[in-house]
Amino acid sequence: MLKVRKLSVTFRTEQGMVQAVDHVSFDVGEGELLGVVGESGSGKTVSLLAVMGLITDPNAVITGSIQYRGRELVGMKPRDMRALRGKEIAMIFQDPMTALTPVYTIGWQIAEQVLAHEKISKAAAWQRAIDLLAEVNIPNPQEAVHRYPHQLSGGMRQRVVIAMALSCNPALLVADEPTTALDVTVQAQILDLLHKLRRNHGSAIVFITHDMGVMAEIADRMLVMYAGRVVERGTKEELFLQPLHPYTRALLDSIPPLTGEKPKRLRAIPGTPPNLLNRPLGCAFAPRCIERFEKCSAEPALGDGKNAAACFRVSA
Amino acid sequence: MIFSLLQRIGQMLFVMFGISLLVFLIFFATPGADPAARIAGRNASPEVLEAVRKSFGFDQPMYVQYLTMMKKIFITGDLTSFVNRGWKVVPAVMDTIPVTLSLVFGAAILWVVFALIIGIVAAATRGSWIDKILMMLGLIGISMPVYWLGEVMNLLTQSRYHDTWLFSWVPPLGYKNFSDDPKGWFLTLVIPWITLSILYIGLYGRVLRAAIVESLQEDYIRTARAKGLSETRILLRHALRTSLVAFVTLFGLDFGALVGGSALLTEVVFGLQGVGKLTYDALLNLDLPIIMTTVLYASFFVVMANAVVDILYMMLDPRVRTA
Repeated sequence: MLKVRKLSVTFRTEQGMVQAVDHVSFDVGEGELLGVVGESGSGKTVSLLAVMGLITDPNAVITGSIQYRGRELVGMKPRDMRALRGKEIAMIFQDPMTALTPVYTIGWQIAEQVLAHEKISKAAAWQRAIDLLAEVNIPNPQEAVHRYPHQLSGGMRQRVVIAMALSCNPALLVADEPTTALDVTVQAQILDLLHKLRRNHGSAIVFITHDMGVMAEIADRMLVMYAGRVVERGTKEELFLQPLHPYTRALLDSIPPLTGEKPKRLRAIPGTPPNLLNRPLGCAFAPRCIERFEKCSAEPALGDGKNAAACFRVSA
Repeated sequence: MIFSLLQRIGQMLFVMFGISLLVFLIFFATPGADPAARIAGRNASPEVLEAVRKSFGFDQPMYVQYLTMMKKIFITGDLTSFVNRGWKVVPAVMDTIPVTLSLVFGAAILWVVFALIIGIVAAATRGSWIDKILMMLGLIGISMPVYWLGEVMNLLTQSRYHDTWLFSWVPPLGYKNFSDDPKGWFLTLVIPWITLSILYIGLYGRVLRAAIVESLQEDYIRTARAKGLSETRILLRHALRTSLVAFVTLFGLDFGALVGGSALLTEVVFGLQGVGKLTYDALLNLDLPIIMTTVLYASFFVVMANAVVDILYMMLDPRVRTA
């Protein structure tokens, strides 16, 4: 349903052009959960903000193609994009503490979105808000609709944000690290909730995270991003059991094992991600890669297969 | 909500009491100065001095003096000015209040309406030439001193161009009572309103634009965009609404100060007998009872305006309500 082809996002800055997303391509099928992993600054959030049409920086240049159910989103009229956003494609944000407008009740904010997209009465929209709050397991929803964001805990606010995203039954849900800002116990509850909602609503979800543990729990297929590019693509099982790209392997190595002897120190990846202002030629991961060889000074391409990695060790 | 409201009003009364006590002490208990001599004025005869002592109870303990003074101002209202030979102070101040209130209220309406328009339009078109021109006009408005602007206005509307079609409607300087002549009241005040409000339109417009632009950077604005709301709705319902707190704070302070006498320059330029003008004249004559009454009145207004602002806060920002 979502086809992204050669999507690039470049920001003009005083120091020069910063290519935050570089020729990224991926697909999302109906009802599928695609996980996107990568370090901070790997371009995962920016590429999905581009899908949402939420890059408002006048210095950003977006090229490539984003097709949603056959409609091209790149260069779409703002009015048409607005009609799609919040109704068919909804988004859940990382920090629930600041994602809600502080001066309105949560019921008002949910109803606002429903009223923006559907021709129903205010009372009906309000009732929808109550039903949605019940669906995301907020206790006593009749009362809770009258609460203001500051009166709720972080976990509760994230439920409200999720309820809001679901309010128009979107076909595609983009979740940008929805559990990162929460306690571990609350994280588990939110993941359970997303599982349940996915079954009930049948929405496809693109889930961004840097937490491999979260990925292992929910994803169907995964993308691994590094320095603005997709370096590996595959089903969750393949990716966890037979990672192809050295970066993916390094990411998995940095997770403490559940069974067996625990290592004294976790294996961190040496070095830092490259500066996107002057990206080195060739494979961006090469300077940190323990398996690099002569070929790595050229640019590796990502194969077309279901499982593919942009690495000469794989294709060679 | 009701409780915090009552609490706020209680606080206000307490502050007012404190101010009256402080003002009293400054005027009547400053060591080394004889308040009777000051009230009686320069070159007063011994008989007058004696009469002042008796009338204000200066032979009695301090708290009696305080109570006598408060009684004279608030209950019997028979505080007399000895400098101005038996002028009743309280009615004199009361006469000036409607003038100042008319001036400041009218100007406040003008400046709030225009500052809102300028702030919103500039924030909506931020970075464009419209924004730049509006902000430049605002800066010019802030830079023009009110006494100069007032004189220029007078020059234009009273003498130079008074006989042209543009300004022939402007009546001579002075104040007309609203109850006697509503049309005259309005016409005499139009030019003073504009003059007084221009500074504040510029200032508030700029402050509001900055506040809106800042809140447009917030996360909840991105959420509002993700909800698929129109840009107008995002600007007015989300960004403007959360920016009003700064606007209201500023408004409370300026409004209170203006009603309390800061509109002096405008009053003098346009020959309006307001509170500022009265205080100014009293200061020239060292007329202690009048100074004391207007100082009390002014501080009460500042305190009241602040209480109103706090109550507005409660309505604007739910986070204040429970705190």
